[in-house]
Amino acid sequence: MPPQMTQPATTEITYRDAMREAIRDALRRDDRVFLMGEDVGRYGGCYGVSKGLLAEFGAERIRDTPLSESGFTGAGIGAAMAGMRPIVELMTVNFSLLALDQILNTAATVRHMSGNQFGVPLVIRMATGAGRQLAAQHSHSLEGWYAHIPGIKVLAPATVEDARGMLWTALQDPDPVLIFENVMLYGMTGRLAADAGPVDIASAAVRRPGRDISLITYGGSLWKTLEAAAVLAGENIDAEVIDLRSLRPLDDATIMASVARTRRAVIIDEGWRSGSLSAEIGMRIVEQVFWELDAPIGRVCSAEVPIPYARHLENAAIPQVPGIVAAAKAALGRV
Amino acid sequence: MAEFRMPSLGADMEAGKLVEWLVKPGDRVKRGDIVAVVETQKGAIEIEIFETGRIEQILVGLNTEVPVGTPLARIQTELEATAGTAAAAPPPSAPAVPIAAPPSMPAPVAPSPPPPSPPAPPPPPVAPAAARARVSPAARRLAGLHAIDLATVTGSGPAGAIVYADVERRLGAPVAQAEKKRAPGLDLDAMRTAIAAAMARSKREIPHYYLEHQVDVTASEQWLARINAARPPDGRLLIGALMIRSVALAARRFPTFNGFYRDGKFEPSRAVHVGVAIAIRGGGLAAPALHDADQVPLDELMARMRDLVQRTRSGRIRSSEISDPTITVTSLGERGVETLYGIIYPPQVAIAGFGRVVTRPWVVDGAIGPRSVVSITLSADHRVSDGHAGALFLAEIGRLLQEPDKL
Repeated sequence: MPPQMTQPATTEITYRDAMREAIRDALRRDDRVFLMGEDVGRYGGCYGVSKGLLAEFGAERIRDTPLSESGFTGAGIGAAMAGMRPIVELMTVNFSLLALDQILNTAATVRHMSGNQFGVPLVIRMATGAGRQLAAQHSHSLEGWYAHIPGIKVLAPATVEDARGMLWTALQDPDPVLIFENVMLYGMTGRLAADAGPVDIASAAVRRPGRDISLITYGGSLWKTLEAAAVLAGENIDAEVIDLRSLRPLDDATIMASVARTRRAVIIDEGWRSGSLSAEIGMRIVEQVFWELDAPIGRVCSAEVPIPYARHLENAAIPQVPGIVAAAKAALGRV
Repeated sequence: MAEFRMPSLGADMEAGKLVEWLVKPGDRVKRGDIVAVVETQKGAIEIEIFETGRIEQILVGLNTEVPVGTPLARIQTELEATAGTAAAAPPPSAPAVPIAAPPSMPAPVAPSPPPPSPPAPPPPPVAPAAARARVSPAARRLAGLHAIDLATVTGSGPAGAIVYADVERRLGAPVAQAEKKRAPGLDLDAMRTAIAAAMARSKREIPHYYLEHQVDVTASEQWLARINAARPPDGRLLIGALMIRSVALAARRFPTFNGFYRDGKFEPSRAVHVGVAIAIRGGGLAAPALHDADQVPLDELMARMRDLVQRTRSGRIRSSEISDPTITVTSLGERGVETLYGIIYPPQVAIAGFGRVVTRPWVVDGAIGPRSVVSITLSADHRVSDGHAGALFLAEIGRLLQEPDKL
């Protein structure tokens, strides 16, 4: 189980700082670890995550790269195969598509194509999600696409504990792991145990137990979903909120146990609906617990448009609390 | 046309609240079917019907409290149905069925004359099964598991879909979200009020007399041990079954303890329906009947006792069980009490009580030895019987218990 969301002896910390602590901890623990990406050194990373690390660890280990996602991701893959433990930072998931060939055709396939002679113990971090008025080319949520690819793991830390704890566990993995950090979470604060450390990256977490409906989500939508659950509680609907944490592999056991109990599910996914991660989860529910269902499975996804720049349109395009509440009520026949 | 009325489930019942209909218009019912659930102070009671026929019309909606005797539904009885079709068919050669008053119908029915019945049209067509009913997979599976006809379930889900909880309700299973809600029909406070009323009335109106008799039940225990040795735990007989059987047989022989005192006179009952006092967890008590306890084989009596206790504790008693015990048996043996004197449940006239079976020094054939002994008591209505008859009745129970193989 991941750590509880609050624990005794905690300190208040931002998600950004928890992530930096995770990188710093990894750099200290293992000489083979280094961070590279655009602006991660002198600029401190476009979201400030690596601020100060260059001064602390030097240019050998905090490496600024040119605007060449495919190039430096490929370099990271080579370094990992050669025995290093690189952390590659891609500014946003939109830019990662330039490195998709490296990720999909190389990182994800080398173990298979080498007959298990080589693995790629690489961690790629990237920002995802909308809400900061960065317009279409910086705001999409494509982690669902990556969750489609066999051979890699896809993580979505939504809490400061997971931001702090997932990186080290990912670095221990002998295969590529992608970590998606929702841009709206960086400034969020949470309480972190003084002794917080690595967390598992294999299971989903029930962030709020409930008995009437399962709200299944991850990343930036977790907090909106928890807020929606609080609204629903005011209407006597007891919603369970599941934080997937790992998008590939999916923790079927937790999802199915919850849905089998509540008999209803709504999936909240900031990705586009068609061919999405939410579609995959919905289908798995149908495959595995169809006979437990009491209502059609609902989805709250992003509008199928490029994410707009204008704030009100941007907000309208991605899942929000009222939409989640409405979908949950519809599943319960309480419109 | 027959009317199904709110039954009286006890002398002190004036009204009942209809909480569940298990049939709908058009359904065929036969005598003994459970058609509705009525909530009374005693809990949720499943109401059986005494007619065989087709439900014509439901007259009382859910959660309505109506006085005893209020018509709840109209039933087209078998006879009428036959007559109806016969009339529509080629003229009957000779009425095979003598057109008699429908059996056992409350004589003058509704005061308002029935509407003139022109040639009865064919029974209202069963609503054409238009669109396929919406049933959630979970509800469908649960219904399948318990062989519930989904047509008898009312949907509460999106767009009227039948969901899991609807089938659960139909099953009478506690709904999952029952934390706040009490178990269906089991309101312990109301039950306490009902017990208080009945017992106060009993002590006020019935001149009780009390007798005690000590009986050697070593033979019964040995017999049970022998019978049970080869049986699985759930097939074993308990001494409670022997006690009930012995009371039932004795009551058949001594009818002054079996029946009802009503309107200033005693009405003995031919049938022996032994009420069994069952404690309900959390307080409360009910004494539903084991019908014809003097007739059914001992094994069946035992099985019915188990079922009755289980159902009573979950708050599901049937109307016939609660309304017609003719004598009651109560036992506190499991609680360690050696002797208890029951209070008669009016309008019954007797209650037999059993204490704990204890090992005592006892003289048998001139020698003292350890024997299993139980105290049997009788509380009886002095308006109907007296101590002499009571003593004979108790002695008969004791005698029966000493010959268990004849029970």
